[in-house]
Amino acid sequence: MYTQALNTAETDDRGLEDVAKAAQFQARIDAEERIEPNDWMPAAYRKTLTRQISQHAHSEIVGMLPEGNWITRAPTLRRKAALLAKVQDECGHGLYLYAAAETLGASREELVDAMLAGKAKYSSIFNYPTLTWADIGTIGWLVDGAAIMNQIPLCRCSYGPYARAMIRVCKEESFHQRQGYEIMVTLCRGSDEQKAMAQDALNRWWWPVLMMFGPPDAASQHSDASTKWKIKRFSNDELRQKFVDATVPQAQYLGLTIPDPGMTQDADGHWRYSEIDWTEFKQVLAGNGPCNRDRMAARRKAHGEGAWVREAAAAYAAKRARRQTAQAAE
Amino acid sequence: MATANIQVSETPLVLYALRRADDALILGHRLSEWCGHAPMLEEDMALSNIALDLIGQARELYTFAARTEGKDNDEDKLAYLRDVRQYRNVLLVEQPNGDFAQTMVRQLFYSAFADLYWRAMVNSGDTTLAAIAARSEKESAYHLRHASEWIIRLGDGTDESHARAQNAIEHLWAFTGEMFAVDDGERALIHAGIAIDPGTLRGRWLTTLSEIIGEATLQLPQNDWMQQGGRSGRHSEHLGHLLSELQSMQRTFPGLAW
Repeated sequence: MYTQALNTAETDDRGLEDVAKAAQFQARIDAEERIEPNDWMPAAYRKTLTRQISQHAHSEIVGMLPEGNWITRAPTLRRKAALLAKVQDECGHGLYLYAAAETLGASREELVDAMLAGKAKYSSIFNYPTLTWADIGTIGWLVDGAAIMNQIPLCRCSYGPYARAMIRVCKEESFHQRQGYEIMVTLCRGSDEQKAMAQDALNRWWWPVLMMFGPPDAASQHSDASTKWKIKRFSNDELRQKFVDATVPQAQYLGLTIPDPGMTQDADGHWRYSEIDWTEFKQVLAGNGPCNRDRMAARRKAHGEGAWVREAAAAYAAKRARRQTAQAAE
Repeated sequence: MATANIQVSETPLVLYALRRADDALILGHRLSEWCGHAPMLEEDMALSNIALDLIGQARELYTFAARTEGKDNDEDKLAYLRDVRQYRNVLLVEQPNGDFAQTMVRQLFYSAFADLYWRAMVNSGDTTLAAIAARSEKESAYHLRHASEWIIRLGDGTDESHARAQNAIEHLWAFTGEMFAVDDGERALIHAGIAIDPGTLRGRWLTTLSEIIGEATLQLPQNDWMQQGGRSGRHSEHLGHLLSELQSMQRTFPGLAW
């Protein structure tokens, strides 16, 4: 669903073996050419992208859990089917993204192991719990909405495989976003209880969603290199502002109140929001959010309990290959 | 009293559709419990995919049942406002997921049946059931292929996977007989050319199964004692828990649109 601006990029170019190659590479970037897997690229570019794409992939996979939490309890069969389809899409996004990361020379297994070991991050948003059905609507509306804000520019990212994965992901993501918003519309036109449920969900998710865009520009460690390499096209704060401006009218249409009493609209029409609680953000990233431990425990459990199945598949494939070789030799 | 269970006038045709719908919903629900917890991402997708197909089949069958009944029930009332004793699925599909082998054996037993069943039902004299069958048989063929390939991998994989698959077969075997059972109401539908006699599928089901189980180096149990009851609402203790989860929203917030 989402990649967060968490990278500490390698801006150190001392390791570059060839200054001329680096200059040529930058010229290609500047000319808006796509970099492809077999092309030369600076080691730091490779490393930054591997980290960002894999974090993005991990986010898709961990992101299945908060929504998956409601599949067995969805209130109608139509909603159940839609949610199941959505979570299935997210798994597919994870697979595209691992494949894109693998074009950079990493293996999916090592990337997944890094996540399970707590060495690789995933989006902070998935460390929040889904307490009511309205959370499912809110996640679609806001979390997927924020993801789209961030991913549309990535469709023009300089690395071809990532950009192409993003084009496919964005198509499905915007469908999810509309589905989520439709759940919110239904709730807000429903009973008082349903409206209250929607407002409560917005209250709980609003600030965590704004945190999805990453630290403020002044504190963002990696923007320079990522911008120079056209991995990143807009700053965290620019995207966050764009998101807020797009979302306020949607909340108004729903008749919901954004839990930020200090919010004002300036002369240019931008909605100015209050200070984000960056302490909470840092704590969630450090593993201390409400669900960090549960999310990792669930992924580790699936991985651990699935080991014998993966071993069986590998053992069978090896046996079959041996039999086929033996048959061919006859 | 919107929270109370609905009453369904179970004419033979309504009951017939409900039984198939309940099979599909309960099995789809079970598979959906795997979401995010499967042994690998590809399998997470496959299990969700099959769950989605089955829930789709259930929706069509409930809608058909509701229309046939002609009262004000609909797919959601039928799914969310009937209690354990009103559910009509076979016991097999409500069995817990267990480990991956148990899920796959349950899927193999059901899909090997559903594949034959829907292919035969394409010729139903009821045009809606025939249309549902035409769609479902394509899905079931895919489900059967998926389950078969896994049973072969597990059976002919490692010692551990072999043992787990064999255990699952032993555990679930007694629940397979119910899929082939017919009561008087169904017999009338069979005579009318609306339903097919599932009993006639058992031989082919066994052949398909024997081939797969054989290739997997596994064995079918010798025990022929079969558990029954699901079709008339006498379920295992598992279904109540499943329904309390599935129905919790509609029970807590009755009569609303979502």
